[in-house]
Amino acid sequence: MWLYVLKRIVLAAAITVIAVTLLFVMIQAVPGDPAAVLLGPRATPELRAELHERMGLDQPLPMQVVMFFGGLLQGDLGFDVFTQRPVRSIVFEQLPYTIALILTAIAWSVLVAVPLGCYSAMRRNSVIDKVVGVMAVATIAIPSFVMAIYALLIFAVWLNWLPAIGAGSGFWGGVTHLILPAFVVGIGWVGYLSRIVRASMLEILGENHVRMARSFGLSEGRIVARYALPLAILPTVTILGVGMAHLLSAAVFVEVVFARPGIGTLIVQAVDSRNYPIVMGTVLATTVLFVVSTTIADFVNAALDPRIRGDL
Amino acid sequence: MAEGTHAIAIEEARSGALTGFARRLARNPLGLFGAVLVVLMVASAVFADLIVPYDPTQIMVGPRLAPPSLEFLMGTDQLGRDVFSRVITGGQVALLVSATALGTALSVGLLLGLVAGFGPPWLDNALLLLFDTIRSFPVIIFALAVVTLLGPSLASVIFVVAVTTVPIYARVVRTQTHALRNSEFITAERAMGAGVPRILGIHILPNVIGPLLILVSMDVPLVITLEAGLSFLGMGVRPPTPSWGTILNDGYGYINQSVWPVVSGGIPIVLTTLGFTFLGEALRDIFDPKLRKEL
Repeated sequence: MWLYVLKRIVLAAAITVIAVTLLFVMIQAVPGDPAAVLLGPRATPELRAELHERMGLDQPLPMQVVMFFGGLLQGDLGFDVFTQRPVRSIVFEQLPYTIALILTAIAWSVLVAVPLGCYSAMRRNSVIDKVVGVMAVATIAIPSFVMAIYALLIFAVWLNWLPAIGAGSGFWGGVTHLILPAFVVGIGWVGYLSRIVRASMLEILGENHVRMARSFGLSEGRIVARYALPLAILPTVTILGVGMAHLLSAAVFVEVVFARPGIGTLIVQAVDSRNYPIVMGTVLATTVLFVVSTTIADFVNAALDPRIRGDL
Repeated sequence: MAEGTHAIAIEEARSGALTGFARRLARNPLGLFGAVLVVLMVASAVFADLIVPYDPTQIMVGPRLAPPSLEFLMGTDQLGRDVFSRVITGGQVALLVSATALGTALSVGLLLGLVAGFGPPWLDNALLLLFDTIRSFPVIIFALAVVTLLGPSLASVIFVVAVTTVPIYARVVRTQTHALRNSEFITAERAMGAGVPRILGIHILPNVIGPLLILVSMDVPLVITLEAGLSFLGMGVRPPTPSWGTILNDGYGYINQSVWPVVSGGIPIVLTTLGFTFLGEALRDIFDPKLRKEL
């Protein structure tokens, strides 16, 4: 097990390093001089040369990559082009909003999806099971930004039940502003998770220990809740780790539509203004977040199922 | 039940594969619904020039933000452009992006997958590491990074889709090639002196292409979503070219004055993604029930 953990960590680190290097080289390879973008059309050659030196752009490319990683290890992500504030503190300011959004979305979708999945498995092929199945496929297919705009339209513009824009202030304001965005990010997951729980529940209900429990005369509800659910819920853990990318993507659009602060809004604004250091910092942060969550999911998987450990 | 399937099998053998497929699709109401939506969408894109009543980029063909009427089926947007014409033309853009991007990804993924599955182990490992690296970027974040570098355009969107889907296809092909390379019929081919291109092209390719095509068809809604999403953020198709995403974004800016642009910009996205998804699931169940797409 420990060997597997070690191998997996090395792989995750390698992937992150390659990804960051690729990104860095791509940014440098683009025609156009970042310093020129920064200084505007009226920059003198001296000013440009000075800025080049300050940003390390006068060094050869491999040297720049090394310098970048050197800075990274010290927690230095560079400075925002416009405000000159450190990128690290900007990213860490925005990260909690996105994480809160994603965690709320996960929490409510798990709370709804698990009972729904159990019910679907117990009443297999019933009308409700079929309706849930179709709804699941539909909610997964509909893009999050369309869902977000329609939710905004219905609940904020027409019904005026919930606030539409921003993150709100204070605890209560924060909660009411979180409801709609978290609803939109989580809705696709309700469908997806309920299908996963249904599938694994069906498999487990056919196993020997469940038949044993049935033969003892335990009620079906008790069998499901007590003996099948703890096993059936396991696949959802690993799915959630891998699903981090989907959650992040949904969060980007939802943050933009609801004008919430967060990583998504930050990166979209930075891309709009070609603010390379911020783009670099946010891409790095999200990639690390994603690699870490998939790695953790793999650990959980390996801890539960020894067969996986040999696969790497 | 068993007699029933037997009867179907005989029926199919008698009437040919295509009609058999049509019959099975007809038994799957959701799949049929999806097929109808897809046919409608493709037809409207192909015959767009005949359908659109106005030039989709012409401003002030009517009043600003007019509600739907017989004259303007989906109303008009903030510049007085006919939303119906824009929606139909936007469908063309979406379809063009999907076809180009997925076609490219399919060919490149197939090739890389065959190479990884049949080549030496070091090459296999190197390619796998590359695939995993590309997959480690969340798609939308990768897309935004590419747009920063290449600028917003249709080509960037196509590039992003191709680059992010190639690893998925290549992995599927690789796994299947790997499983096949040691099977007896390949050994027999080798013994008869067949070269690598012949083995790959004639014996392995037909075995891997089917599942791959189903995967690709199921990715169409993802591509349409990505194109519309990037255009919604102002980072996809450049104005004045209409895209479902830009229509939605235009409407979003005026949501307090008129809801029609948002409603009519979103519905085609919803219908198309649903159509392709339902059809894709039906195709998968009919042709390859074992194939379950990984996330």
